[in-house]
Amino acid sequence: MTFTINGKTDSVDARQLSVVELLTLKDVEMPDMVSVQLNGDILDKSAFDSTFVADGDEVEFLYFMGGGTR
Amino acid sequence: MSIRNAIARQAEAELPNECCGYLAGTRSGGEVAVAKIFPMTNMDRSSEHFSFSPKEQFAATKSARADGLELVASYHSHPETPARMSEEDIRLAYDTSILYLIHSVTESSLKAFAIDISRTVSEAHLVITD
Repeated sequence: MTFTINGKTDSVDARQLSVVELLTLKDVEMPDMVSVQLNGDILDKSAFDSTFVADGDEVEFLYFMGGGTR
Repeated sequence: MSIRNAIARQAEAELPNECCGYLAGTRSGGEVAVAKIFPMTNMDRSSEHFSFSPKEQFAATKSARADGLELVASYHSHPETPARMSEEDIRLAYDTSILYLIHSVTESSLKAFAIDISRTVSEAHLVITD
């Protein structure tokens, strides 16, 4: 299947690929700390392993951004 | 208004809370050049903590990409402490591909830092081209 991830076209030889599997495939460090948007919809983290990427999908992922003074 | 001044102005305007945002630009030969600022809402609304809205994050990255840029740094302010990465800043700096800028309001200083996967922090040089 072919899809775009963070604006770049990519493809994998897989019939089915979950969001969790995609993040692993792309060697995302700290996958628990990313937000994922699939075709414009921000996914709940609890749905990462049950949401599947389809041919032509647009995937975006970004790391949680936060911090503090202490 | 320059990006440096924009960060300082945002920091003043959002006192007593920390302000935050992204910087977009380009990378070349190990150097990072900043061209655009994306102020973000501090979802924590706190003088001691900040966090971005994922919705705003995705909007910023797509806007930057449309301009041929990429997100190269995040910034936030320290209303009363120096421009250095705190323990919490280091702990929550999950994205090692970007720089982390900190503006100290009390010191009127802006510093950039890089962090690696082992949590080692080093001060970084940043070129702001606006």
